[in-house]
Parts: sequence; structure tokens; C-alpha cells
Amino acid sequence: MLKRIFTRNKNNTTIPDEKAKQDVPAGLMTKCSNCSQIYYRKEVEKNLHVCPNCDFHHQQSAWERINSLFDEGTFEEWDKHLKSENPLHFPEYMEKLEQDRKKTGLNEAVVTGKGLIGGQPTAFSVMDAGFRMGSMGSVVGEKIARAIENARELSIPFIIFTASGGARMQEGVLSLMQMAKTSVAIERFSDAGGLMISVMTHPTTGGVTASFASLGDYNFAEPGALIGFAGRRVIEQTTREKLPSDFQTAEFLFKHGQLDQIVHRHEMKELLTTLLKIHNHNQSNTMSSSESELISIKGGQSV
Amino acid sequence: MKQVLEFEKPIVNLKEKINELKNISKDSEIDLTEEINTLEKRLASLEDDIYSNLKPWDRVQVARHQMRPTSLDYIKYLFTDFVEFHGDRYYGDDEAIVAGVAFYHGQPITVIGHQRGKKTKENIRRNFGMPHPEGYRKAIRHMKQAEKFNRPIITFIDTKGAEPGKAAEERGQSEAIAYNLKEMAGLTVPIVCIVIGEGGSGGALALGVGNHVHMLENSTYSVISPEGAASILWKDASLSKKAAESMRITSYDLKEFDIIDEIIPEPKGGAHRDVEQQAKNMDKVLKQSIDTLSKLSAEQLLENRWEKFKNIGVINGA
Repeated sequence: MLKRIFTRNKNNTTIPDEKAKQDVPAGLMTKCSNCSQIYYRKEVEKNLHVCPNCDFHHQQSAWERINSLFDEGTFEEWDKHLKSENPLHFPEYMEKLEQDRKKTGLNEAVVTGKGLIGGQPTAFSVMDAGFRMGSMGSVVGEKIARAIENARELSIPFIIFTASGGARMQEGVLSLMQMAKTSVAIERFSDAGGLMISVMTHPTTGGVTASFASLGDYNFAEPGALIGFAGRRVIEQTTREKLPSDFQTAEFLFKHGQLDQIVHRHEMKELLTTLLKIHNHNQSNTMSSSESELISIKGGQSV
Repeated sequence: MKQVLEFEKPIVNLKEKINELKNISKDSEIDLTEEINTLEKRLASLEDDIYSNLKPWDRVQVARHQMRPTSLDYIKYLFTDFVEFHGDRYYGDDEAIVAGVAFYHGQPITVIGHQRGKKTKENIRRNFGMPHPEGYRKAIRHMKQAEKFNRPIITFIDTKGAEPGKAAEERGQSEAIAYNLKEMAGLTVPIVCIVIGEGGSGGALALGVGNHVHMLENSTYSVISPEGAASILWKDASLSKKAAESMRITSYDLKEFDIIDEIIPEPKGGAHRDVEQQAKNMDKVLKQSIDTLSKLSAEQLLENRWEKFKNIGVINGA
């Protein structure tokens, strides 16, 4: 009897008529998946997809990220033309790639290039979780490795924002090997004295976490981001372990000494600018303008 | 107890029949020599037929065979004066990875390998060959020592994958694997890796950034186990046989993708049938690798490793 109250009766459900639906333009409003507050989409976009109510950091697309970090008009994209093949002849793989190209306007799950952040030049890679869950196949590995090599040749820092479900199943062991490819590139870059900063965003898991995402000179994460190697469900099923609610969050990693800082999205550009400045200062051998600036500051303070 | 693999059943059945005839022939006075000879001929051709046409899933079974030789078995046959070292110096000793020094044809080397157990008790102690972060850290500690003393590094890869557990995540499993990949890339001594059983995911790759990478004929190397792939791709782990085929995980597949250098042949039926012969087959390829790589300078070794991994991938527009 009581059950009936809770059962949804299709006949009694009020469905808004077509006219009412048209009153509110599609996509005008958006609901925070964390706190359920409803906002104007524009308002949330302006807030860099951070919920104004609960501060939850929603995913940003690759280009939203670039636009929010780089000085206007300075970003120059690399290797946009590279596209995935279907080496394992996986059914429907090419169709799925095509769908995601249409959906995101991207050719693959990572955008690479260079530009200025706070006036400082840097090479950059940003993954887009909207494209095949940000998974890494041959092209993602190749673009990132090339970006690191470019950074080495240009003697500029390399910054990467990760968002990935891990290695791309449809490219099998070729995906696994991209972990090695990118890591060898990082070793070469690091050996040449290059600065690498990794920022892990929601979600960063699997083979991406176990390669470049963890290899920054500084490793940061956004609040609440899911970061881990083995999936939570896999661990629960294989080991029957009880996992804490904050398991594999940025906060969990921070607590276990695996992150330098958890950084709020609104403070990201400022932090990166500062670090690039500190780094560039040491990099310049000659008396550069930044050094003379520092001397003048010091002079001013010593009075 | 002898483990009979599914694809071997016709062979076992035929062998049983031959034995039966032999017994009858012995017990009674009937001469069955001709019949027995015919069946033995058929057995030989059946064995040839089955063992030279192993399907990917059959190879997975061979790679996982309970009696398949492990790192320590090969160490015994290939090297002399092996001395094992323990511990990562940070947390503990992970018995899923063994590491040490030895002589190989009179030359000092460092050897590191995943280590499974053959019996349950040992398997539990060694966590079924699935390393925790301590294992990777022990491995890289010894690789760096090898560099310091200018010893070539030989690794044996044999793991289902990294340990999927809370403790491993807490202690920085991702970082430990990533660090190994990066550090192996920068070592100035020759590195030769041989996949001897299962090469599962990041846990395998953490010992796998070598100048030369070889695979035993029936070993596998993959981004995920066939069971894992089936459950992710089709939400059904029982489709693992299908996944083993579509994921392209055999030595022949990896050779085709230019990921590995050599396929090391196995005795008929798999390495466990004749460990000594298997070690001999490995020795041939390993010796050649070490000799070739020992001629390279430090810079050439680094360049060689970069060239190897840089070129892996299938890309449109590269």
C-alpha cells in the first residue's frame, strides 16, 4: 500500500507542454552536480566552472583552460593535424572518435602548444576529458612527447594539465607504451634542466597518473579531483577492502605526501606566473631586465 | 597435480588411449604394435598441429601456467654467483620483485625480475607477483647502483600488474611507477628486458624501459588483462577469450607493432616443459643484446632508448 505512494505513476506525472518548454532557452541554466544549486550557465562559465555555492571544481574544456590561463592572443597550437588510427581494428572505434571530434571540436584528447602566462613563455599541454574520457592512445602520447621535445629545444618550461581515464583500451599495448614514450621525453627534458609543472584535474587515473602526471618538478591538483592508479571498484572487488570516502581524492594524496599543493582554480594563473618568474630568474645567465628590477627592489627595501 | 590446459586435452586423451593399448598389449597376448605405432604417429602430428597453431587465449594459459618458470628459475640457469638484495630503504621489502647481482658469461650484471610463487604459500608471500610501490623503489635503487658500478641491467617481466589495493595507493603507486619509467630512460648502462610470462600494464612497464625488449614466444604484454578488458569494454569478464584476441597481446603482435626486438622461441608445449632448453634459447638472444649494447657509449645508449620508444604508436599525419 505504502509502496504506491513512492512509485511513480506515469499517468499522473505532469509533463510540461511544448510551449512551456520553449519559454526557457535550452542551455540557459545549469545545475551543480555536487550541491544541486541552479545557476545561469554564463555565470558559472565566468566563474571558471567553479560552483559559486559549494566551490566544486567542475571540468573545464581544453580551450576554456587555455583561455583562462594564457595572456590573451598568445597561445599558438602545435600538431593539431595528428589523428588516431585504428591499429587493433576495434569495431566502432573510428565512429566514436568522429563523434567526439564533432562534440568537442578537437581532433584528439589533448591540446598542445606554447604561449605566455603572466608574460612568461611556456610550452603547454592540456587534456580534455570530453574526448574519449581524456584517454591516452598513440596520438595523445605523441603530442605530449612532441610538446616536451619542443620545450627542450626552445629552452622553455613545460606545464601540463591532466584529465584522463587512463590508457585507451582500443589501442591496447600501444597505449601502454605511450607512458614510456612520454616519460623518456621528460627525462631528456629534465636532464637538460627543463622545468616541468603538472596539474592534476578531475579525473586523473590509470596510466596517465603513473607516468607524466606524477613527474613534474612540482605536482599540483585541483580541489576534490579524483586521482589514482587502480580504480576504486577494482580495488573493492579484488581485495574486499573498505575504502575511506576521500580515497583517491586530491586531499587524500596531499595527506599522503604526494602533492606539493592543492590549488584553487581562481589562484592557478597567479601561482604559475610566480613559479615561472622564480624559475626564469635563475635561468638567465646574463644581467637581464628581471635581475636589474630585483636589484632596484632590493635597493629600495634596504633603505 | 599436473595442470592440463584446455587446448592440450586432445593430446592428453590420445596419450591415455595409447597407454591403454600398451597395457592391454602387455597384459594379454594380443599384438597391438601396429595400432600403437599408428596412434603415436597421429600423436606427433597432433602435437605439431596444436602447438604450432596456438590461439592468443591458449598462449595466455601457457603464460599463466602454474609451473611456468619464474625469474629465479632463469637466474639459476643463466647466471653464476647470484647475490640477492632486499628492501627499498623507505618502507619495506617487496617479495614480488627480486633484485641482485651476478656474473653473466663472466661479466658482472644487475638482474631484477618480478617473482611469482609456484605454490599457494609462496604466492601469498610474493603477492602473486604483483608489486607494491616498495618493489618498484627497490628495483630502481638497484638499477641506479648498476649505473654507478657500470653493470648492464637485465630485467625479467612477469606480472599480472600492479597491486590493486589501498596500501599501494597510499604509498604512491603511480609516482613509483612513473619515477621508474623516467629514471630508466636516463640510465647510462645497457638495459635488456625480457617478458617471460605475463606483462601486465604499468606494473610490467615499470621494469620495461630497456634498449632491447624481448618476449618469450608464449608470453603476453598488454595494457590490461583480458578479463579486465572484457569487463571494461563489454561489461562482461567472461568474454576474456574474445578480449585476448582483439587486444593483440601475443609476442607476434608486439613484434608486428615494432614494440619488441626479438621473439624467443619456446620448447614445444611451453617453457615449463624444458626450463634448461628455454634458458639456452634466452641465453642466445640475451648474449647478443649485451654484446651489441656494450659497444655503445653512454650518450648512444640514451639516444637508442629514446629512438626506440619515440617511434612506438600508430598515427595519422605524423
